[in-house]
Amino acid sequence: MAKIVVDGTEVDVPAEYTLLQACEAAGVEIPRFCFHERLSIAGNCRMCLVEVKGGPPKPTASCAMAVKDLRPGPNGEPPVVLTKSPMVKKAREGVMEFLLINHPLDCPICDQGGECDLQDQAMAYGADTSRFAENKRAVEDKYIGPLVKTSMNRCIQCTRCVRFSTEVAGVPDLGAIGRGEDMEITTYLEHAMRSEMQGNVADLCPVGALTHKPYQFHARPWELIKTESIDVMDAVGSNIRIDTRGREVMRFLPRNNDAVNEEWISDKSRYVWDGLKVQRLDRPYVRKDGRLVPATWSEAFAAIAAKVKGTAPTKIGAIIGDLASVEEVFALKTLMGKLGSANIDARQDGAKLDPALGRATYVFNPTIAGIEQADAILLVGTDPRHEASVINARIRKRWRQGGLKIGLIGAKVDLTYAYDYLGAGPDSLADLAGSSAFGDILRKAERPLVIVGQGALARPDGAAVLSLAARVAVAVGAVKDGWNGFGVLHTAAARVGALDVGAVPGPGGLDVAGMTAPGALDVTFLMGADEVEVAPGAFVVYLGTHGDRGAHRADVILPGAAYPEKSGIYVNTEGRVQFANRAAFPPGEAREDWAILRALSEVLGQTLPFDNMQALRAQLVSGYPHLGHIDEAAAADAGAVSTLAGVGGSVDKAAFAPVIEDFFLTNPIARASAVMAECSALRLAAAAEAAE
Amino acid sequence: MSVRRLAAEQPESFSFTPELEAIAQKLIAKYPEGRQASAVVPLLWETQKAAGGWLPEPAIRAVAERLGMANIRVLEIATFYTMFNLEPVGKYFVQLCGTTPCMLRGAEAIRHVCEKKIGHERHVSADGTFSWLEVECLGACTNAPMVQINDDYYEDLTPENFEKLLDDLAAGRPVKVGPQNSRKGSEPEGGPRVLLDPALYAHDVKIGQEAAPADEAPTSGAPAPTSGE
Amino acid sequence: MLADKDRIFTNLYGFHDFGLEGALKRGNWDGTKAILEKGRDWIINEMKASGLRGRGGAGFSTGMKWSFMPKQSDGRPHYLVVNADESEPGTCKDREIMRNDPHTLIEGCLIASFAMGAHAAYIYIRGEYIFERERLQAAVDQAYEARLIGKDNVHGYPFDLYVHHGAGAYICGEETALLESLEGKKGMPRLKPPFPANMGLYGCPTTVNNVESIAVAPTILRRGAAWFSSIGRPNNVGTKLFSLAGHVNTPCVIEEAMSIPFKELVEKHGGGIRGGWDNLLGIIPGGASCPVIPGEQCEDLIMDFDGTRAVKSSFGTAGVLVMDKSTDIIKAIARISAFFKHESCGQCTPCREGTGWMWRVVNRMAEGRAQKREIDLLLEVTTQIEGHTICALGDAAAWPVQGLIRHYRHVIEARIDQYAANPHPEPVVPVAAE
Repeated sequence: MAKIVVDGTEVDVPAEYTLLQACEAAGVEIPRFCFHERLSIAGNCRMCLVEVKGGPPKPTASCAMAVKDLRPGPNGEPPVVLTKSPMVKKAREGVMEFLLINHPLDCPICDQGGECDLQDQAMAYGADTSRFAENKRAVEDKYIGPLVKTSMNRCIQCTRCVRFSTEVAGVPDLGAIGRGEDMEITTYLEHAMRSEMQGNVADLCPVGALTHKPYQFHARPWELIKTESIDVMDAVGSNIRIDTRGREVMRFLPRNNDAVNEEWISDKSRYVWDGLKVQRLDRPYVRKDGRLVPATWSEAFAAIAAKVKGTAPTKIGAIIGDLASVEEVFALKTLMGKLGSANIDARQDGAKLDPALGRATYVFNPTIAGIEQADAILLVGTDPRHEASVINARIRKRWRQGGLKIGLIGAKVDLTYAYDYLGAGPDSLADLAGSSAFGDILRKAERPLVIVGQGALARPDGAAVLSLAARVAVAVGAVKDGWNGFGVLHTAAARVGALDVGAVPGPGGLDVAGMTAPGALDVTFLMGADEVEVAPGAFVVYLGTHGDRGAHRADVILPGAAYPEKSGIYVNTEGRVQFANRAAFPPGEAREDWAILRALSEVLGQTLPFDNMQALRAQLVSGYPHLGHIDEAAAADAGAVSTLAGVGGSVDKAAFAPVIEDFFLTNPIARASAVMAECSALRLAAAAEAAE
Repeated sequence: MSVRRLAAEQPESFSFTPELEAIAQKLIAKYPEGRQASAVVPLLWETQKAAGGWLPEPAIRAVAERLGMANIRVLEIATFYTMFNLEPVGKYFVQLCGTTPCMLRGAEAIRHVCEKKIGHERHVSADGTFSWLEVECLGACTNAPMVQINDDYYEDLTPENFEKLLDDLAAGRPVKVGPQNSRKGSEPEGGPRVLLDPALYAHDVKIGQEAAPADEAPTSGAPAPTSGE
Repeated sequence: MLADKDRIFTNLYGFHDFGLEGALKRGNWDGTKAILEKGRDWIINEMKASGLRGRGGAGFSTGMKWSFMPKQSDGRPHYLVVNADESEPGTCKDREIMRNDPHTLIEGCLIASFAMGAHAAYIYIRGEYIFERERLQAAVDQAYEARLIGKDNVHGYPFDLYVHHGAGAYICGEETALLESLEGKKGMPRLKPPFPANMGLYGCPTTVNNVESIAVAPTILRRGAAWFSSIGRPNNVGTKLFSLAGHVNTPCVIEEAMSIPFKELVEKHGGGIRGGWDNLLGIIPGGASCPVIPGEQCEDLIMDFDGTRAVKSSFGTAGVLVMDKSTDIIKAIARISAFFKHESCGQCTPCREGTGWMWRVVNRMAEGRAQKREIDLLLEVTTQIEGHTICALGDAAAWPVQGLIRHYRHVIEARIDQYAANPHPEPVVPVAAE
């Protein structure tokens, strides 16, 4: 710790703090454009200049100078920093003037207007008029992809976007070409950016040079209602803010949460919102004479009741999709229990995870933030870049710090960081349990991390592979006091929560493969399950949001609420319980899923024992107390991993297959989105070009 | 500096010739392992020479691939450093120094000669022989005004001797590199006034030996022969 | 005048063999091994005692700079990087060393590297100096062949020397920009701290020295610090390469004693001012970034660090640009402003935006197409750039304009009056960024 005096206030801060951080610790705000906590220090905007007493007779860039670099006074007095002195005021006004001389005065038509750092800081630190009598610079706009719109006249060359794409995203597409006042931000030959986190550059842009193309001219920030929520596009549980105007979702933005997504979200999480507005199921439907026709709620419920009444409980089953909240899963599971059926499964992809083995066998035990402590990582059957982009960025962040060895077993993919390719399938995994080069690396590591993806588990021998992975983890010392380096990486937002409440087949119950097999069931409930193919014959009740595969197969459609339209608990891949707030309303006659199930249960004569969300949650939490600890990722009993290691089983030789076919089209909302479709087409075209 | 753009017309492809590859390996060997990016500026320069005096877009990609760099990083370099020509240049590419020291000694007159004999700046003459560009200080201020034509400096120019120089180049006649007057280098015109003591050039150093005491340095003996330039 | 026997660069004009054979005849490589045998500390102390100040412009003690390098390696290699990116308008001295006396530099590299525990050195030469680079490379090859340098050499100190070149960017003469460029990036100056002596090339301890500073070191060590420091006046000692450009009768590069009076320098070597002393308008004493010194102040001007500072300019690289009264001083400075605008790397806001602004205003003033109140505005813009940027290019761009306004405000005003008094058919066209 070091003492420093900021504007007369003495504070004690870590010596490696920058002056800017020290000033903030002292409660003094320092304007900045290029500086960003999560990017390397560029020190180029010169907005954060402060005066250091006893230093050189010129202001110092506070973002780039560390407290430890300052010399104490002659008698050991702490260094003194001034942020309100005439020198600082003049310096800020000067920099502000330079920033504005070539910045267009197009705020009225700029999407950044109202949330623009340049606007705000010009008001706070700038002079009132312009003295610049020359013409302003004109810069050609660049095409950098379908997601980020450029308006390059506005660029202030802070290079945050370049640093983000190079450092965080790891896909160095953006650069600053030319030099001096002609420096321009662009991609190579204006190719589209290839990162799946590119939308973050528009968030980082302190001005309106990079804005969100799908959002362009849609809304003004002051018109928007901001609701804090949780993203469901993957199992990361990224914290988001949903901005709505009236009933309409206008955009998604990341919220800062150092434990989860820092302040990044993937492009799918960010730009999927147009998918909420099309292909929506806004009223119940009942299939009549082979055609789905609109119906009232009571007609739909009656049709279901008629079918269920004559069906044996063993011929009734339910499959839970990837986007469901814990409450819905709990309600559906309770209903199935009341109907006497053990046929329920939340593992659409058939992943062989069994909650009975203990929570540590199916969550990402080391936690996302824990990745930064790992010194060796083994990836098994996973492509984190596409299964959990934000987590991949975290691995990359750790990798960039140096001293991290990464091994991959599975499909060879570009992860944005270097890794040792160890093989394609379980054989290579088995090798690590014995003596092998990478096995030794893991063994020597202080905090080795084994990440098992669904590609290793969603296969007939998945349980054996899981056990084998646990065996490797235990053998290399990944599970020990104070460190549980065994982590299952999920792809579905609903999955861990559903496993937590035991939404897997009960005794004698059928799993997904069993339920979807021909003749297995007579009545199948699909709750947002669009990634399964139900064999002909069964009467399908689809409870969901979009006219996707499940709805097409359905005999009765019950229109539900998409994630921004309901409040709910989601448990992310690390087992973190998070609460999503409702920001909008479901369209038309659509209702929140738990309420639909509650109403249906009454018609079925099996009334669920809760009349409102509070009652439901109270029951949920009393059954599963950890779900009451919002924002916490309770450590699971690591003993379960050791037990799992002993389960054994024979593994196949087949290579681990990728689980994500198309990153942009993994769920019904994304498949309805025109923006996602464009991204997908672009990626296919790029892949085709690369293959040439 | 003005906005620099890649040429509108580009060749289909560019590949390293064995000669260029040999140069690349030699360049990369100068830097520690894993630091091959250090060779990017020299390699781009050699690539530009191999490609005929300018850097086609496929060549930028080829260099990026050769050095394991992202394309955009190499494009940044190619647009930042002004010696990389992004558009074709003439067989004789005249770079005229226009910065103040040359300007004071008549660079503007030289510029007029360029305009008269070659045409507009940045345009290759119809026969492909010449193109010209005003550049910043080339570091030969005591021999101003001067131009660089391809690799060579031509100094102490006057409109007359410069016109003749261009004519000689166009006609394929031999030309004298360096000062176009009686000077050899940066000595005052009329010959050096210093460094005339022959003793300065009569040391007898044996490599790896102890230093000879200063007063024992021979004072006689023939001066070293002048180098044949 | 400096005696020939006290000149270090005895083949300055290239009348003799640049190569090793000639270099040996000129006394280069004489007792180099004995110098190394005296040890690192002796060399650094001797360099400090010699009073040599860096010849690249900033004038920092070379011996002191060498002493900043870690005494013990922490496992990282040390590097010496020689700044041969000579691009300051008005300066062309290092060129003569590299093309005519390269062995002074090579020997200096070996000694300096030895003194700093570096086993590899890079000479970063500007891209345009192609002939100079080839000469230097040829000399390096000779030195390798004669086993003067190399992994296994006669001096018993493994040492590799590489010639690297740029490709047209003045900013790469800034030491950290040079390191960035040498690492294969755009030449954008780095933030300091950390300083190169801790984190330089490839993150390793590095010292960047000007060509001349390194090239004079062997002779200083051979002849003794006392010899070198006896030349010139205290705090401004030694011999120095001057270049005399512009309106002198015989422009030239010349090695002279520090603190030589300007008049003597011009009379003896420049052949006098074109049109006589009365025709002297002013000089830019050390490269384009130094503020102009008006003729009347050149009368008793002493050419050294302190002498130029006394008249609010700076010694820079001792590349003297002389302007006679035929010079349009506003235009001359406008061209310098154009230079700095062209060479700004674009990183820092004040320099990126300010150099263009200054150039546009000064350019208009050269025509007279301006308002008188803009003179003070311009002056304020220069102060908004100065001291507000990562590197000194912002300062360098501001100073010539400040010098112009300080000494020639009346000329600007007269030009504006003249323009206003005469009707102009062409409309006033502001100059936009390209």
